[in-house]
Amino acid sequence: MTYIRPTFRHPDLPKNKINFTKKDYEGALSTLCAGCGHDSISGAIAQACFELSVEPHRIAKLSGIGCSSKTPAYFLGNSHGFNSVHGRMPSVATGAYLANRDLLYFGVSGDGDSASIGMGQFVHAIRRNLNMVYLVMNNGCYGLTKGQDSATADNGSKSKAGSVNQFNAIDLVGLSMELGATFVARSFSGDKAQLIPLIKAAIKHPGFAFIDVISPCVTFNNNVGSTKSYDYVREHIEATSTVDFVPIMEEITANYEDSKEITLHDGSALQLQKLHQGWNPEDKLSAMIALQNAKEKGEILTGLVYIEPNTNALHDVLQTAKTPLNILNEDVLCPGIDALEALNESLR
Amino acid sequence: MEPTNVHDPEYYHKVVDCQYACPAHTPVPEYIRLIAAEKYTEAYMVNWESNVFPGVLGRTCDRPCEPACRRGRVDEEPVAICRLKRVAADNKGDITHLLPKIPTKGNGKRIALIGGGPASLTVARDLAPLGYEIHVFDEQIKGGGMMRSQIPSFRLPESVLDEEVNNILNLGIHQHFKTYVSSLKSVLDDGYDAVFIGTGAPRGRDLSNLPGRAEGQANIHVGIEWLASVAFEHTKQIGKKVIVLGGGNTAMDCCRTSRRLGGEEVKVVVRSPFSEMRASPWEKEDAQHEDIPILDNHVPVSFVSENGKLKGMTFEKVHAVYDEKGKRSLVPTGEPHVFIEADDVLVAIGQENYFPWIERDLGIEFDKWEMPSVNSLTFQSTNEKVFFGGDAALGPKNVITAVAQGHSAAVSIDLYCQGKSLDVRPDPFTNLVSQKMGIHEWSYDSIVTNDDRFVVPQAEKALTLKDRKKEVELGFDKLVGFKEAERCLNCDIQTVFTENRCIECDACMDVCPTDCITFTTNGTEEDLRTRLMAPSLRLDQDLLVSDTLAATGRVMVKDEDVCLHCGLCAERCPTSAWDMQKFFYNTTKAHHGCGQH
Ligand SMILES: Cc1cc2nc3c(=O)[nH]c(=O)nc-3n(C[C@H](O)[C@H](O)[C@H](O)COP(=O)(O)OP(=O)(O)OC[C@H]3O[C@@H](n4cnc5c(N)ncnc54)[C@H](O)[C@@H]3O)c2cc1C
Ligand SMILES: Cc1ncc(C[n+]2csc(CCOP(=O)(O)OP(=O)(O)O)c2C)c(N)n1
Ligand code: SF4
Ligand code: SF4
Ligand code: SF4
Ligand SMILES: [Mg+2]
Repeated sequence: MTYIRPTFRHPDLPKNKINFTKKDYEGALSTLCAGCGHDSISGAIAQACFELSVEPHRIAKLSGIGCSSKTPAYFLGNSHGFNSVHGRMPSVATGAYLANRDLLYFGVSGDGDSASIGMGQFVHAIRRNLNMVYLVMNNGCYGLTKGQDSATADNGSKSKAGSVNQFNAIDLVGLSMELGATFVARSFSGDKAQLIPLIKAAIKHPGFAFIDVISPCVTFNNNVGSTKSYDYVREHIEATSTVDFVPIMEEITANYEDSKEITLHDGSALQLQKLHQGWNPEDKLSAMIALQNAKEKGEILTGLVYIEPNTNALHDVLQTAKTPLNILNEDVLCPGIDALEALNESLR
Repeated sequence: MEPTNVHDPEYYHKVVDCQYACPAHTPVPEYIRLIAAEKYTEAYMVNWESNVFPGVLGRTCDRPCEPACRRGRVDEEPVAICRLKRVAADNKGDITHLLPKIPTKGNGKRIALIGGGPASLTVARDLAPLGYEIHVFDEQIKGGGMMRSQIPSFRLPESVLDEEVNNILNLGIHQHFKTYVSSLKSVLDDGYDAVFIGTGAPRGRDLSNLPGRAEGQANIHVGIEWLASVAFEHTKQIGKKVIVLGGGNTAMDCCRTSRRLGGEEVKVVVRSPFSEMRASPWEKEDAQHEDIPILDNHVPVSFVSENGKLKGMTFEKVHAVYDEKGKRSLVPTGEPHVFIEADDVLVAIGQENYFPWIERDLGIEFDKWEMPSVNSLTFQSTNEKVFFGGDAALGPKNVITAVAQGHSAAVSIDLYCQGKSLDVRPDPFTNLVSQKMGIHEWSYDSIVTNDDRFVVPQAEKALTLKDRKKEVELGFDKLVGFKEAERCLNCDIQTVFTENRCIECDACMDVCPTDCITFTTNGTEEDLRTRLMAPSLRLDQDLLVSDTLAATGRVMVKDEDVCLHCGLCAERCPTSAWDMQKFFYNTTKAHHGCGQH
C-alpha cells in the first residue's frame, strides 16, 4: 500500500520571505482521480501563496460542493476553511468578508457549483464586489456525481457515453465582465506558467478577482469529442499574452515592443508580453471583442482578459468599520441604549 | 539534453547509490527487503553471492555504501546497511544445500592461489564450481589472511570467520597452509594454468630512524606484527602504559587490543588533526569509549629509554596549515616538546607490499615503488599467466575491495584459461520488472518510515575489556533489524517513465514529496539544473530526461538525487506513464552464483 505521503522533503527547499518552505502551504494528499486538472490548480494556488509569502493563517478558503470544492482540503492545510452547501459559497464568503475584512478570501468553486445551482449567488458576489479571489475549476461536467454535462459544457461537446450536448454554454468570463468584475482571467490547469502569476495578481487585486480555469476531468470528460479534454484544450488554446508577476520593489526586466505592464493596487505589477492583436486588458470593450472573436474562431482565449486595478470593494462602498468584528470589544459592537436613542433621534 | 539512455544498465545501477558504491556491487536493497520479510537465509545468500563473507563484513566492513546511501541525503543518517548484513548472517538457517555444487569431473585446469586472504578465497569460490582444481598456499595455519591475523576477535569472532572460510575451502580446495612461498618461479614451474597472487600488504611500517629506536627495541612493536602475534596467541600481555602511534584503523585495533592485554593508560598519538585521521569515525568512537584518549597534532621526536628500558616518547606539537591547493603541511607550534610515558609503544603507521619472493626475471614488471604493474580491470600482470588481487594488487585497502578484485580476477582467469580475450567481459546480469500489483498496491513496502537510525547495542565494557575474544557489538535483534530495514528507501525500485503515455497533467510533479519531477523546455544540463522544481546541487546525481513530449514540446526532467522511491508519482499518474520497476543488477562473476538468480 502506498498513498501515504512521506514527511521528507527536498533538503534544499528555498524559503520565502517569512521563512516558510512550500511544505508549509501543502494540504492533505489528494483523493481526486489521478490526473485530475483540479490537483494541478491546487498546486498552483499553494505555489502562488508560497511565492507571495502570504501567512497561511491569514487565508480563508471557501468552497461549495463538487470535486473542485473538495480541493481546499488539498492545499493550504494551515489556513482557515469553510466547505459550504452546494452553490452557496458566495453567501458564506459574503458573511465572512463582512465580519473580517483583514483575511485573504480564496473561493474555489466548480462549473456546476457556480454556473448551475450557485448561479444566483455567484452573480451577486460579483455585483457586490467582494474582495476575494473566485476561482472556478471548470471541467464542463459534474465530476463528483459522475460527469453529467454542466452549464459550461460547449454546444456540440460529446460526453464519455457518446451523447452530444445541445445547449449553449454559459461563458463565466464574459458573464463576470458583464456584471462588472474588475479582474477577469481564464487559464488552463495544464499551464502553471500562466496560472501562477494570474493567481498572484488576483490575490493582490483589491476587489472581486475571477479566474475561470479549464480543468480536464480525466475520468468523465477527457474523451475524444469533448471540448474540455487535455488534447482539445491544448489544440485550441490561444493566450492573450504571456504573464509575469513582478513583486513590489523588483525591477521590471527587458521591455519588449509588444508588451505592456500594469501596476497593481499595491505597487506590484503584471508584465504582459506578446499581446493579442487589438486587445488592451484595461479596455473592457477591446477585451469583450477579443473574447467574441476567439469564440467565433473556436479558440479558447486564456490569460488576463480584463483588469481595472483600482476598484472599490464592498467594504469601501458600505464604508464599514476598518476593524474586523472579532477584535471589536462588546462596548463598541453594542454601544447601549443611549446610543440607540441618539440614533433614533437623528432619524426623526 | 538528449533523452537518457535507460537501456544502459549503468544508468539505473547508479540510482542504487549503495550498490553502486559497494566495490562488489552487493544488491543491498534486495537483501534488506529479504531481512524485513524475515527471509534471513535468502538475504544471506544474496550477500554471499556478491561479497562472499557476509558474517565477516556485517561486522567489519569499511562500508563505503553508507556515506553514499540516499537516506543520508534526506535524513540525518544513512541506513545501517552493514549491520543489517549481520542480521542476515546471525539469523540465517542452514545454507549448505544452497552452496554451489562442485562438478565431479574437473575441467582439467589447475590454478595456484598464493595467500589465503579474502581475495584468494573469492577467486577460489568463483572458480571451483567451474571445475578448476584450486591450490591455496598460505604461511598461516588457517585461511582468512588478515581477517584472521589482524582483525581482533572482539570485532570478529573466530567462529564466524571459520564458518565462512570453510564454506569456501570445502568446495574441494587443495589446501597448503603453513607453506610460505619463497619463489614464484617454482610455482610457475609446477605447471599451473594460472597463478593468482593475493598475498596482501604484509609489512608494517616502522620508525627505524627515529632516535632511540634501537635502544627501546624490546618494547617497541610494529602494530600489524603485534596484532598477528596476539591473534595467534604468542603475545598475551602488554605493559600498563602504552602509546599507539598512528591514526588509522590498525592503530584503533592496537589500542583496543592493548586495553584487553593489561594496558591501563593507553593513548593514541597521531600526527594529523583528529578530523583527518584515516580511521573510520565509528572506530575512533569505539576507542574513545574504551577510555583511550586520542592526542592529535603530535609528531614523534624520539623514543626515550633509561638503562636500556623504554620510558616513553617525546613529541613535537604541530598544527595543520593548508596551501591554496588544499595541500596540508604540519607546522610546529613552537611549544616545548611533550614527553609521554610508556612501557610499550605500538607503531601502527601504515602497511606496505613486499614481494621478495617474486623473481624479477619472470616477465612481471615492477615500478619504482616495487609494485607490480597490474591492469586495474583484468588484474592481469605483465606475465599473462599471473594475476594479482586484493591488497597485493593496488596497495592496502579493505576486505570488500579484495573480494571485488577477486571476482574480476576470477573472470579474467576463466577467460584466459579458455583462450578468450580478457577485454571482452561478460555483461552483468540485469532485470527490470514492474512492481505494480493493483491500485495503491506495490510488491514492495513503499511507505517511507520516519525512524532515526538505530544504534547497535554493545556488551558491557567491564566484560569486554576483560576478555579479548568477547565480541563488543551485539548486533540488532530481529525486531530492531526489521525497523532499520524499513528505513531503506528501495532505491532499486526505479521510476520508469514512458513519454508517449504522458498527457502532461502535472499530477506526478505536484505529488512528488521531494520535488524530483519537472516539466519544462529542454536545455543543456547546466541550464536545466537551474530550472528544476527544487535546487539541483548534486551534480554527480543524474537527471533522467525524457524525449520531447507530444502535447507541449517540453521534456520531463527528473533529478534522481533525493527521490524517495515512494511511488507516489506512479500512483498519481492516470496513464501509467510512470511505473515502479525493480532493477536487479548482478556484477559479472566467473560462476553463476547460488542458483537463485
Ligand atoms: C589491523 C588491521 C585491521 C583491519 N581491519 C579491517 C576491517 O575492519 N575491515 C576491512 O574491510 N579491512 C580491514 N583491514 C584490511 C584487510 O584486512 C585487508 O585489506 C584484506 O584482508 C586484504 O585481503 P587480501 O586477500 O588482499 O590479503 P590478506 O588478507 O592480507 O591475506 C594475505 C595472505 O597471504 C599470506 N602470504 C603473504 N605472503 C605470502 C607468501 N609469500 N607465501 C604464502 N603466504 C603468503 C599472508 O599470510 C596472508 O594470510 C584491516 C587491516 C589491518 C592491518
Ligand atoms: C443541493 C445539492 N444538489 C445536488 C447535489 C449533488 N451534487 C454534488 S456535486 C454536484 C455537481 C458538482 O459539479 P461541479 O461544481 O462542476 O464540480 P466538479 O465535481 O465537476 O468539480 C452535484 C450536482 C448536492 N450535493 N447538493
Ligand atoms: S536507502 Fe536503501 S537502497 Fe537507497 S542507498 Fe540507502 S540502503 Fe541503498
Ligand atoms: S518515487 Fe516518484 S513521487 Fe516518490 S520521490 Fe521519487 S519521483 Fe517523487
Ligand atoms: S502524472 Fe503521468 S500523465 Fe500526468 S504528467 Fe505525470 S507522467 Fe504525465
Ligand atoms: Mg465541474
